[in-house]
Amino acid sequence: MREASRDRLKAFLTLLPSIILIAVFVYGFIGNTIWISMTDWGGSGALAFDPQKNFIGLDNYVDLFNGFLSAGFRQDLVNAVYYSLMLLAGAIGLGMFIAILLDQKPKGEDVLRTIFLYPMSLSFIVSGTIWRWLLAPQGGVNVLPTYFGFDALDFQWTSSTKAILEFNWQNILQILIYIAAFILILVGLFLLKGDPQKAVKRWLGPGVVVGAFAWLGGSLLPQALFMEEMHGFNLATLGIIIATVWQYAGYTMALYLAGFNGISQDLRDAAMLDGASSTNYYRYVAIPMLKPITISAVIILSHISLKMFDIIFAMTGPDNAQTGHPALNMYMTTFRANDFARGAAIAIVLFLVAGTFIVPYVISQYKQRRKG
Amino acid sequence: MSTTQKSGITPGSVLLYGSLFVLALFFLMPAYMAIVTALKDPANISLPTAWELPEKFNWQSFPHAFELLKSNIASSLILTVCATALSTVLGSLNGYVFSKWKFKGSELVFTLFLFGMFIPYQVILIPLFQTLRAMNLYGGLPGLILAHVVYGLPITSLIFRNFYSQIPTALVESARLDGAGFFSIYTKIVFPLSIPGFVVTSLWQVTQIWNEFLWGICLTRHEDNPITVGLAQLAGGQAVSWNLPMAGSIMAALPVLMIYIFLGRYFIRGLLAGSVKE
Repeated sequence: MREASRDRLKAFLTLLPSIILIAVFVYGFIGNTIWISMTDWGGSGALAFDPQKNFIGLDNYVDLFNGFLSAGFRQDLVNAVYYSLMLLAGAIGLGMFIAILLDQKPKGEDVLRTIFLYPMSLSFIVSGTIWRWLLAPQGGVNVLPTYFGFDALDFQWTSSTKAILEFNWQNILQILIYIAAFILILVGLFLLKGDPQKAVKRWLGPGVVVGAFAWLGGSLLPQALFMEEMHGFNLATLGIIIATVWQYAGYTMALYLAGFNGISQDLRDAAMLDGASSTNYYRYVAIPMLKPITISAVIILSHISLKMFDIIFAMTGPDNAQTGHPALNMYMTTFRANDFARGAAIAIVLFLVAGTFIVPYVISQYKQRRKG
Repeated sequence: MSTTQKSGITPGSVLLYGSLFVLALFFLMPAYMAIVTALKDPANISLPTAWELPEKFNWQSFPHAFELLKSNIASSLILTVCATALSTVLGSLNGYVFSKWKFKGSELVFTLFLFGMFIPYQVILIPLFQTLRAMNLYGGLPGLILAHVVYGLPITSLIFRNFYSQIPTALVESARLDGAGFFSIYTKIVFPLSIPGFVVTSLWQVTQIWNEFLWGICLTRHEDNPITVGLAQLAGGQAVSWNLPMAGSIMAALPVLMIYIFLGRYFIRGLLAGSVKE
């Protein structure tokens, strides 16, 4: 018995250095960054070994969201939202499509799989460098149509200043409430078939009320800014989105392919015997069964799109206003402008956005492990 | 579908192979462009003819780019080997404890580890920079190695934990009854069984560390910059003709690409381990 408890102690002591490292380097550092973001650390003395820091509360955050000079950060944040949505849609859509094609077991499946997955092994700097050349305004992708007898394109892939879907930052609160209402109603409609009462009471009702409130009372809401400031989906980001989808579609393909292979042949044959067509088999049997994989893919991809730094850096350089991203802004603010406190605040904003995906995911995995 | 007949050209199979062909072209397009451009003479690189094959191959770009990236490649080699070895060994020990020596709260500790895998690294960058500076590790490779080892712990521990959970607990129990202790069970039973685990984990870590950029650019001085930073600088210069960045890209991609092509099976296992639950 004493032997056993000594072994337990040894086990714990083996783990201890890692626990301490994670505690300090992950949790301690996050706490430290939160603290830094509430100070005024920056300016000429910023790089001193013991720089002067004064506590200023949430001023850095307030400035980021409605300061006169922070319009760039706000556009970066809007960019990040579009990057995430487009990367999710693109990489999951294309990856799933390729996985379904390869699931038909075509000849040369192995080679094809290798072709679709190789971008995943490349560094973002490598793929960004190559894509920058591919998207050069007078060459690359733009001249491809001439080989088929069409005119060359003249789209400015990474430097276009056009934006679509613009909105006024002054109304950001109203817009956020609309989005919340939209999500509530969407979830409500989705659940309507299964449990109509709960769907109406929990989701649809509140959704309609919140939406109506934003619509009728919109003018009563405080404006986030004292002047008009337009933000939208910058078309210059399209090139970066295409390059990222190119790099990560193979990843979701691998996830789905592993999932499809895990579905037993019996189940598949049964679905076919019941007269399900291929389309229906994927739509009603295979893809719903792979919901955990879809959730994993959403988590990993949104995590990647929130820290997208390397590929934008390689494709446009760190300070291209049209294709900015908070992760780049954080780097420029901290290490080029030496404004550490503001950089920390940007990092915390990124962290909080990432946390809304990651925390529920990690907790649900924890619960599963405890059950299983 | 396995039930479809292998013979005959049906509209379905035309559509299937047609789509796959177009998609494969799209995925190979950047690789083609990189190779073609790298093999051109700088004087013959122009935007309108970017897609065309070079009239004669110019292999000089590769030695030239290698000369420029030599010290970066050396840094990345040292960095990758050291950080991979350390984080893999630690991950193996952690995975062993997490799967075979569970204690009260070990699942919670494991979950707290995992969380470290998903944070945007910007959120720890400033304290990391400060800490390394205070430890006199800023600017060189040891600091960068430390960062990669620490933040690699979550994923390596995860892969090994999942790997070791396949080893029957009865095996460990009977060894304990025979009087084997914590370390002798590890060295005599668990470690010999975990060679595939080491392959998967170290391939994954090699890929991640070789490809990493943010810490490289924020935490090292010019003379210790890893390959990604060297390549970004090579490509970022306005005056450089495109054959050099392309040759550099190919050289930077080659080690991981080789791993992927020849050991793809293990690579995909690492890929799946990072995302799909056990």
